[in-house]
Amino acid sequence: MLQGNHLTVRYGDHTVVDDLSFHLEEGQWLMLAGPNGAGKSTLIETVAQGVPYTGSILWNGQDIRTLKPSQLAQRIGVLSQRNNVGYAYTVEEVVGLGRYAHRSGLFSAKDDEGKAQVEKALEMTGLTDLRHASMLTLSGGETQRVFLAQVFAQNPQVLILDEPANHLDLKYQQHIFSLIRQWLKEPGRAVLSVVHDLSMARKYGTHAVLMDRGKCISQGTIGDVMTPENLQQVYGMNVYEWMREMLSQWQG
Amino acid sequence: MQNSRQLKRERFTPLTYCFLSAALLLTMVLCVCVGSVRISFSDTVTAVWNAIWGLPVPENIAKNIILNVRLPRVLCVTLAGAALSICGAAMQGLLRNPLADGSTMGVSSGAALGAVIAMAAGFTLPGSGYGGIMITAMAFAFGSLVLILSLAYMLDRSLSTSSIILIGVIFTMFISSIISLIITFASDHTRSLNFWTLGSFSGVNYTQVRLLGVALLLCGGILYRFSPELNAFAIGEDNARHIGVNVKNVKLIILITVSVLIGVCVSISGTISFVGLVMPHIARMLVGPNHRRLLPASLFSGAIFLLLADLTARTILSPIELSIGVVTSLVGAVAFVIIFYRTRNKR
Repeated sequence: MLQGNHLTVRYGDHTVVDDLSFHLEEGQWLMLAGPNGAGKSTLIETVAQGVPYTGSILWNGQDIRTLKPSQLAQRIGVLSQRNNVGYAYTVEEVVGLGRYAHRSGLFSAKDDEGKAQVEKALEMTGLTDLRHASMLTLSGGETQRVFLAQVFAQNPQVLILDEPANHLDLKYQQHIFSLIRQWLKEPGRAVLSVVHDLSMARKYGTHAVLMDRGKCISQGTIGDVMTPENLQQVYGMNVYEWMREMLSQWQG
Repeated sequence: MQNSRQLKRERFTPLTYCFLSAALLLTMVLCVCVGSVRISFSDTVTAVWNAIWGLPVPENIAKNIILNVRLPRVLCVTLAGAALSICGAAMQGLLRNPLADGSTMGVSSGAALGAVIAMAAGFTLPGSGYGGIMITAMAFAFGSLVLILSLAYMLDRSLSTSSIILIGVIFTMFISSIISLIITFASDHTRSLNFWTLGSFSGVNYTQVRLLGVALLLCGGILYRFSPELNAFAIGEDNARHIGVNVKNVKLIILITVSVLIGVCVSISGTISFVGLVMPHIARMLVGPNHRRLLPASLFSGAIFLLLADLTARTILSPIELSIGVVTSLVGAVAFVIIFYRTRNKR
């Protein structure tokens, strides 16, 4: 459903993403993996139309540059790495803005379907009790859940995530990832995400793109990509051995 | 446990609007009554009421003072206060910057420069003596806004609160010196430096009331229409883009709208500082940051605040009349410091 062709992003002389192609199909959770500076977040921003790029991104064959911002938002939802709100908006107000792209006409009439979506999103993320809470009083984990609820309310077909659970407690990491997995179960949906933690990538991802310095090293199903040889090439270390060593800390 | 964090906020009901309008109306009547010549409440109401319905005003009432001096001034102050205040609210939302305002960002001084240049050069539009000045003021307001934002963007890409304000302050100083230079050479054609830097409503008439009224109605309507977008920007520009806001277009529309409104205000009353900074803040404390409520609340509170400031300016040292900016700056500068420290400490 989503396809990137020969994407290149340059900041001045520096090429951050170099002639990279990928495709994402229904039901897939595509993980972008690679070391720092590989261009993962930039690739995500490219798909979200946040940076200038060459190449093309197609939505079911149509170049997404021809879509209006609201049409794009109806198809693709983005959850950023870090969100902080400067003013005392309530949780419900922030989540409700997820419906922005679905408003019809100048003055939004009663959007009953939208209300239901907002309710559902609040419920899924366990924020129903906090709906009137001020954003300024929330913890990092709660804030991230609010923006997840916002993107659920937006009801896109593809979810794009940039380290959605980074800097969150383990409990919230697990919570957010299982919420996304649950979201993905409905037909017609797909997820594209950057996840730093390779174990998380293996656990939740179905497919992967392994990147290094802007280039694609390998792509395919998660098992095909995350081979010892590929990881050795990209990370310059024996990842498998390291992971086993980490695991051994928890045995006995 | 969570109860202390709960904020219950609803849309404004017609009742809220009635209450706000009543408060505003009362302040307006008070401002017509009080002055170097004291006029009774009933006389004021009778005179205005009869004038509105075309009835003759009784002889014993100081009709001239009420209808030709105080009323146009009070109306002008009301409209300008409302306009400056919603501009401040919109800019603070759009730029996600609690210190943004026409005066702190140098937009007002840009507009003043435009007006001074137009006056000194005798630039007028055919058919309207005032139009040329106003249009130049608007154009300069927009130009300075764009200039300041691009300078700030070059300085730091995140457009942080302090870098915008820093550039705004430097820009304001620079512009003030140019204005005083022009006035030195063309003092016969333009109004005094005091007027442009501190503002004044003395001698305004109904033409200016009408101009301000139309501008406020149009621009205020546009800003209100864009409340959801302003909310999205206030939460974060990236987030606004992600939920489907046409970031570029909306930003441009709001910046133009704000420039037009500030341009009109400045060409009529000079630069009046801090109204747009302080009143949206107070409004935000009362009704929250949602622009559907914040903009109307700022409108009313801005109008009331400026009315009281104008009243103070013309009565406190009567018969000497202070510039209105003296009063607003006194209040505003203190508020600015408080807000600045509060936003600093939050980080």
